[in-house]
Amino acid sequence: MSVLVYAENAEGKFKKSTFEVVSYAKAVADLLNTDLTAISIGKVESNELSTLGKYGALRVLHVASDKLETFVTQAYASAISEAAKKESATVIVLANSFSGKGLAPRISVKLQAGLADSAVELPTIEGNSFTVKKTAFSGKAFAFVELNSATKIIALNPNSYHLTETGSEAVIEDFQPTIKDSDLRATVTDVVRATDKIALPEAELIVSAGRGLKGPENWAMVEELAEALGAATACSKPVSDAGWRPHEEHVGQTGIAVSPNLYIAIGISGAIQHLAGVSSSKTIVVINKDPDAPFFKVADYGIVGDAFEVIPKLTEAVKVYKSHS
Amino acid sequence: MKILVCVSNVPDTTTKITFSSDNTQFNTAGVQFILNPYDEIALAKAIELSEGGKGTVTVIHVGEASSEPTIRKALAIGADDAVRVNAAPRDGYFVSYQIAQYAKVNVFDLILTGRESIDYNGSQVAAMLGEFMDIPSISIIKKLEIEGNYASVEREIEGGKEILKVAFPFVASCAEGVTEPKIPNMRGIMSARTKPLQVLETSDIEKLATFKSYTTPPPRGSVTMLTADETEKLVNLLHNEAKVI
Repeated sequence: MSVLVYAENAEGKFKKSTFEVVSYAKAVADLLNTDLTAISIGKVESNELSTLGKYGALRVLHVASDKLETFVTQAYASAISEAAKKESATVIVLANSFSGKGLAPRISVKLQAGLADSAVELPTIEGNSFTVKKTAFSGKAFAFVELNSATKIIALNPNSYHLTETGSEAVIEDFQPTIKDSDLRATVTDVVRATDKIALPEAELIVSAGRGLKGPENWAMVEELAEALGAATACSKPVSDAGWRPHEEHVGQTGIAVSPNLYIAIGISGAIQHLAGVSSSKTIVVINKDPDAPFFKVADYGIVGDAFEVIPKLTEAVKVYKSHS
Repeated sequence: MKILVCVSNVPDTTTKITFSSDNTQFNTAGVQFILNPYDEIALAKAIELSEGGKGTVTVIHVGEASSEPTIRKALAIGADDAVRVNAAPRDGYFVSYQIAQYAKVNVFDLILTGRESIDYNGSQVAAMLGEFMDIPSISIIKKLEIEGNYASVEREIEGGKEILKVAFPFVASCAEGVTEPKIPNMRGIMSARTKPLQVLETSDIEKLATFKSYTTPPPRGSVTMLTADETEKLVNLLHNEAKVI
């Protein structure tokens, strides 16, 4: 028995979301009185790999095959499944990231392992049964999923578990899984990654704006506020539907659900579909000129005022605060 | 090109979600069910790819007879025929297994789903289906173009995108950006009534996960209102009280 965690990397580096997943997997291993092993696939330097030890991984299986340098769902799922068998892992933990959403279901079928996706808390364990709390109805509710299979998979939502530094350096071992040619029928031809921007699903601070901004030409002030805070930018559905902002910034029931520490909503009325996507935010600030905007009902702080007046003032206040801290 | 589109029947996006008094069942009374919005994107893309005699589009749905209006809507939008596997869709594993049984016998070049259903948000069916059928699966795509024997596909990643070349047959789950949903016209609505809808019985598969109960997010505390001139105070509150910056 052991716990296996898939440590996802972006261009050879682990992000905070990976450390969250490792911290979570370590806590699961502790609940089961067993050890945590991590698997990392692709080119990652050994000093980077050993940082996984800090969050509780005792060993890191490193797959450095040329064939697996870029992400191919089928092949990565095979590698992780083989590692799970080799390690006799009874629990596999992954991030509920874009890649994780492709991997976890395939591993579930390969290993006949029950899958709890979008997990937000540690499982409740009773005998061989795990109960996992997950987001459902696009953030409008939570569901408790019971897993009774011998092997279990949990895919953890970003910003849902705190980082816990418990260990030291992990031992790195080379691992060479068998990859069939049929696992490589998809190949990555290009990766485009905006390194200067914070990815919305993992962002801790988000500045989001809606139709109240009146047009795409007014987004510079939203971006300036986001930059001052070190926040990601987001938008409401009407804004992305109108093509003012790209689809990947659309937060809400048919866009992405986020769970930042701070969500600042400017010129967004707060339709039920939008609120679904932000209900897990720790703190919500609403800026709207309409005092009756439904968004104020779920806000922690509210300002009734004109976006074009409030945004520059808030940006200035943030800059002053940052210059003193 | 033969395309299969997997569709689900979900509560309308304006639905207020409530549960039975013991929190074990989702209250469906008075709830309007719709074709899952992401599946509408997948369906529109399939129709686009098959237009002008280039192929056919079959929709498949795992659900009870009560979801037939959703299947008819998919036919009205432009699918050629439909299949319903007659069972309550208990989870992604069950649903994808049923679809795989059908798609192993009736061969398709491309299988499309929505990125997730807006009720359970599992994002499971596309990838599980790919595994059951041992074909590639690309989850959460933003673009799909056919280039001879391959497809060029754009997949979303955190803060960017990946471009892939994929051999047919494969499964992909579609997100916003793939194409715009199509609205059915009168001719489509009329013809949907007579398009073939086949009903199949389910195949047995073990149960790996069970939805036991539900809860709604706790109500949020009261709001502190500030004036437009109090932005400095807001920053202080965010730092000292909320401790988020």
